[in-house]
Amino acid sequence: MATTVVMEALSPTMEEGRLVKWSKKEGDAVKTGDTLAEVETDKAVMELVARADGSLIKVVVQEGQTVPVGNVVAYIGTAGEKVDGASAPAPAKAAAPAPATAPAPGPAAAPKPAAPAPVPAPTAEAGRIKASPLARRIAQETGIDLRSVVGSGPGGRVTKKDVESGSRQPSAVSMPTPVVRTAGGPAFEDVPLTQIRKTIAKRLVTSIGPIPHFFLTSEVDMERAAEAREAINKQLGDQGKISFNDIVIKATALALAKHRACNAWFQEDHIRYWNEVHVGMAVAVEDGLITPVIRNADLKSMLAIGQEAKVLAGKARERKLQPNEYTGATFSVSNLGMFDIDQFTAVINPPEAGILAVGSIVSKPVAEDGKIEIRRRLRLTMSCDHRVIDGATGAAFLKTLKQMLENPLAMVL
Amino acid sequence: MANSFDVIILGGGPAGYVCAVRCAQLGLSTAVVERDKMGGVCVNIGCIPTKALLHSAHLAHALHSAADFGITVGDVKTDYGVAMKRSRRVADTNSKGADFLMKKNKVTVIKGTGILMAGKKIKVGSDVYAATKAVIIATGSRVKGIPQIGLEINKTTVISSDEALFLEKAPASIAVVGAGAVGMEFADIFNAFGSKVTLIEALPRILPLEDAEASDTMTKSYKKRGIDVLAGAKVKKADVGKSKVTLEVESGGQTQKVEADMVLMAAGRAVNTENIGLAECGIKLTDRGFIQVDANLQTTAPGYYAIGDIAGPPMLAHKGSREGVVVAEKIAGHKAHAIKYDNVPSVTYCHPEVASIGLSEDKAKEQKFDYVVGKFPFSANGRARGTGDTEGFVKIIRDKKYGEILGAHIVGANASEMIHELAVARENEYTVEEIDLAIHAHPTMSEAVAQAALDSLGRVIDM
Repeated sequence: MATTVVMEALSPTMEEGRLVKWSKKEGDAVKTGDTLAEVETDKAVMELVARADGSLIKVVVQEGQTVPVGNVVAYIGTAGEKVDGASAPAPAKAAAPAPATAPAPGPAAAPKPAAPAPVPAPTAEAGRIKASPLARRIAQETGIDLRSVVGSGPGGRVTKKDVESGSRQPSAVSMPTPVVRTAGGPAFEDVPLTQIRKTIAKRLVTSIGPIPHFFLTSEVDMERAAEAREAINKQLGDQGKISFNDIVIKATALALAKHRACNAWFQEDHIRYWNEVHVGMAVAVEDGLITPVIRNADLKSMLAIGQEAKVLAGKARERKLQPNEYTGATFSVSNLGMFDIDQFTAVINPPEAGILAVGSIVSKPVAEDGKIEIRRRLRLTMSCDHRVIDGATGAAFLKTLKQMLENPLAMVL
Repeated sequence: MANSFDVIILGGGPAGYVCAVRCAQLGLSTAVVERDKMGGVCVNIGCIPTKALLHSAHLAHALHSAADFGITVGDVKTDYGVAMKRSRRVADTNSKGADFLMKKNKVTVIKGTGILMAGKKIKVGSDVYAATKAVIIATGSRVKGIPQIGLEINKTTVISSDEALFLEKAPASIAVVGAGAVGMEFADIFNAFGSKVTLIEALPRILPLEDAEASDTMTKSYKKRGIDVLAGAKVKKADVGKSKVTLEVESGGQTQKVEADMVLMAAGRAVNTENIGLAECGIKLTDRGFIQVDANLQTTAPGYYAIGDIAGPPMLAHKGSREGVVVAEKIAGHKAHAIKYDNVPSVTYCHPEVASIGLSEDKAKEQKFDYVVGKFPFSANGRARGTGDTEGFVKIIRDKKYGEILGAHIVGANASEMIHELAVARENEYTVEEIDLAIHAHPTMSEAVAQAALDSLGRVIDM
């Protein structure tokens, strides 16, 4: 009898996955542990492996399709074997189930039949709606359109709980199609959310919403840091190079080690102050961003930080980061200097209590000892979660950071 | 590595061995650590051998009334020893069946007493086995006495089901303390094998967790068969002799003496949490002594899961087996169907049988449901009249507005088989209407289920 291959939960938060690429095709022999396909989770591209030996006799989900965790994606059996009702397995659902936190149109009792009906999912309009008799009865009496309810039962069946909680389906989405910009073309393009965009949205909404942010900006003189960098790079020769970003990460890590009050997580009923310093580094990827983590950055040399940052950023762009490489930061750094941004504010990545926004280094006239001098200056803006960090605490941290960058020798102490 | 597996399960009872098979089906390398026979209490000294003995009891009852059915059998003689030996063969066959399933699914069985260690490891004797994905604790439960009142199990005059299952002959008289499923079943067995049985329950009625009407029906049925039923009766004192036990039992302000050759303790079970290294691994217990688990059945130590009796009530084999399946699926990264703990059938295999699912009427009242009761007695059912099994009824408690089946209770022959129609209905949220809409074969006892559903809708046909 054929064994089903299902979309597995490849990360703790994964609710659905997009089948990026099949590594095996129908008819191929497979062994337990073989990579069957690449799957895009909410965080990264990961491998779906075979859980049985045999032959990949049927592929149900095509490349590019997104299916909820638990759905059948393929069958493994003996070569030539027919799969019972191979056409029957739950069709790949284009629409995603709404996350529990998604704003529902209203409590179950409230909706009226006349309410603007959300666009039904393509699968729902195809025919019968899977719903339990009890859910149907409740929906009928309360006037809820079952097509608008996301089913949590087997194969997406709508249950009593679903109707009562009013978990509504978001409007239909299709897979993105790249559009080449031409004159007279469409004025805009609606692009559905990818897994990573959804996660960013979910995470950042929970950030700027409930987190009381405040911002501290300080301008740092980078003359000596620039000199130090030049000297160090000269010394390193072909061993590698350090960037301003590496210097900022190292200085931030050292300053955090001295200011534990800013190296903390807000945890609903408690604050976790970290003794270890793990700096998250925001990396822009094709359609979003991710923050790989440089662990124990305060203990690492600038060169080591630089090399690690390079590897992590590369992995991030290729979507190869493993969960342990992008979780557990105690503080983050976001650098838009390379985009000629003078100064900006970054959104805190909870549960961290702070993030440092790094602008570009700008040469400008500065009053120094009564004279005007042209100096290289850097604007740093720290976003603080006021539930953890107070103005003075944040300012003290920023002052230490400024001192370190203005006097790089202090970092050697 | 020979001592490394994806999953290691501590305990090969109905939770553990089912979990092992499911893990293996999902491609996980799996080992089970078992100190005794595979199948645990259920297969060896619980569900399975008692069902064999209950069938012997049922035959004895049937033969007593054989003349009514036109069959002459002469004197009916019973021999508990013979019935016991048959029950052992049945248990052994089942245990070997579990062994076979382990082999068939390539599950490694490690014989010995396992002790949990940190880092997802288990020590068995001097060997240490490591799990890469999960350790699953399924050590189950055991019988317990009530030493506080002098009723410590001594295995001769104060016994538990463990000893009752191995008696060579039925005692002349026996007092059964506790009238839950175990007490009810042994009262039935010993009554059929000629013992004078006194059934003592501290709560106000026998089968205290069942619907009150089920308790009433069973009380009448047992009394008719000569079983002395004392409900709301507390054992105050026990005088345990070499061949006799005298109990001082208080009920309704009156104290009476109950003398019996043996006392069978059937008042609850204790979970096997001792000496398996729980504390060392950071696994916490609940106030009631079960292992504390989250919604994924994971304990307070990440990577350690608990299933079956040890993970909390109801302490039923089928609940443990399901937990085993669900944990296996979660560990393998599948989305498992959530267990509905309010939809676990409960069955007592006495005669007539008692089976239920969902809320009792008292509970529905207590939880302020707006409900309607539908009921149909087997005395009005053609098939039951034919077989002479007219005792009992089907009772369905439904939500008044939408017809949701809140609870269902069956007392009668084969109730244990009939309850599943209602389990399927509840699991899939069918209402009483869908029960009626499914055509029930005639004549069957199951028609009473459909008639009870109709009765709840105010349109019963056969009554």
